[in-house]
Amino acid sequence: MRSIVFDAIIERSFLLIALTCFLFLALIMLFLFKEGIPIFKTISVADFLGGSEWYPTSENARFGILPLIVASVSVTLLASFFAVPLSLAIAIYLSEMASSSVREIIKPLIELIASIPSVIIGFFGMVVIAPFFQKYFNVDTGLNMLNASMMLAFMAIPTIASISEDAISSVPRSLKEASYALGANKWQTIFHIVLPASLSGIWTAIILGVSRVIGETMVVLMVAGGATIIPGSFFDPVRPLTSNIAAEMAEAEVGGTHYYALFAIGIVLFIITFVFNIIADYLSNKYSFKES
Amino acid sequence: MKKKADIIEQVVFLILRILSLSVIVFLLFMLGYIIKSGVSALSWEFLTEGPRNEMTEGGIFPALVGTFYLMVGASVVSIPVGIITAVYLTEYANSPRIIKVIRLGINNLAGVPSVVFGLFGLSLFVVFFDFGTSILAGSLTLGVMNLPVIIRSTEEALQVVPGTYREASLSLGATKWQTIYRIVLPNALPGILTGIMLSLGRAAGETAPIMFTAAAFYTPDLATSVFDEIMALPYHIYVMATAGTHIAETRHLQYGTAIVLIALVFLLNLTGLILRARFKRRLQ
Repeated sequence: MRSIVFDAIIERSFLLIALTCFLFLALIMLFLFKEGIPIFKTISVADFLGGSEWYPTSENARFGILPLIVASVSVTLLASFFAVPLSLAIAIYLSEMASSSVREIIKPLIELIASIPSVIIGFFGMVVIAPFFQKYFNVDTGLNMLNASMMLAFMAIPTIASISEDAISSVPRSLKEASYALGANKWQTIFHIVLPASLSGIWTAIILGVSRVIGETMVVLMVAGGATIIPGSFFDPVRPLTSNIAAEMAEAEVGGTHYYALFAIGIVLFIITFVFNIIADYLSNKYSFKES
Repeated sequence: MKKKADIIEQVVFLILRILSLSVIVFLLFMLGYIIKSGVSALSWEFLTEGPRNEMTEGGIFPALVGTFYLMVGASVVSIPVGIITAVYLTEYANSPRIIKVIRLGINNLAGVPSVVFGLFGLSLFVVFFDFGTSILAGSLTLGVMNLPVIIRSTEEALQVVPGTYREASLSLGATKWQTIYRIVLPNALPGILTGIMLSLGRAAGETAPIMFTAAAFYTPDLATSVFDEIMALPYHIYVMATAGTHIAETRHLQYGTAIVLIALVFLLNLTGLILRARFKRRLQ
């Protein structure tokens, strides 16, 4: 009898502990809003999001984050432009083309990329890729949007490739065999049958990868160049939302308007990634061969 | 017609091969370049001595120790909470609504950008709880960030333990908790250890969450309490590469530190992967 009571106590206390993640998520939201909302006593939401001047420390301080939003969006789009084709190539190569012995070498190497700390990738972009750009492309600074996007793409590849590969591998064999039986070759089968069938999984992969790119901090902090301007070319230095927080938090006084403004940027980031995760969650639950 | 389709296939496959290989080549080039440039800085003294002369000479001992403290501190938070959450989800939970709430927490926590974790740690632990910039605040921040990693790998490990094991134990009269503690957890242990290794690697390599919560530019002395601020490997690389007046002269030290950090993270991940491979083989 005692052990039954003990079991019930264990179950209840485990439930409480299991709710910790939700509690922390709620605390993150609570504290972001607590420290971020006060900025809107100084400036309206529209001026904050749409203002094109970010001079947080000048006498007549301006807190317009439009250049930062544009920087984040453009860096992310350019990074996706590189990362998506490369990741899909890897996913198709690993699941449909490579022999199992080649697969067993390539797959761990791709997974290895995911474990490289972002500060290392930022460091590499800074000391190797940036001087290369400056030398061969004749640009003012090698620390720019293109360089940051390339490094971010490299970081996003393992996420997009491995989730896409799962989706591609989970396409039922009967579908492929039906296609072969009708005389299609391997590529025709991949292109017309396998890819359309795994499209929702591939979208999930892309959205999760993109969400990681938007939130990545160290790479853009070290490589993107840091200018708070709206970029006119791929070779312009930019300052995305994440790097702006990281670069300026040390100098912002706790409880000052600058501090509030940086937390408000945190709210914007949190909402963007939250929405992306909900979409990814929805897509991966809605269409999946594994669950049906 | 057949001929044309086959030529297209060959061309496409060639392109896919080249694209895949280019990523691998870039990875190897990057690692090779860092190793080649930093290997001259490596020595026993580099690992066991502190920085000297405004960080232009000497080693990285305090940063190594600091990173070690953060790894241990983050684990103290994330391992027990993570494992218990996973056990609850796989072994106990039966109300769809509660499962949904817990999953919502885990999935969204996993998607929160690392710099937002930094903001969270700063506002809650550093300022609100008044821990200051400290090992404690940094460890708690990293620990919360690592929860989803531990939970997901523990869940995976628990799910592959065959249901027959549980039934055999229950039919012998064991209670649910006895079954979990004596049968399920020991069998899932290697899988759980994999998750722990991956989370340790993450705690060692992350920079943004500790920038405002734990890391110091330079501290000559090692920490004596959990309320001290510390140096850490990733932050050390960042400050040496971007701040100060000796950026170019200390390049080899930066590469050397990068090698140490990469080696540490790879070692942890490799251990994790080997454990996972063995675990899978044993259960098959």
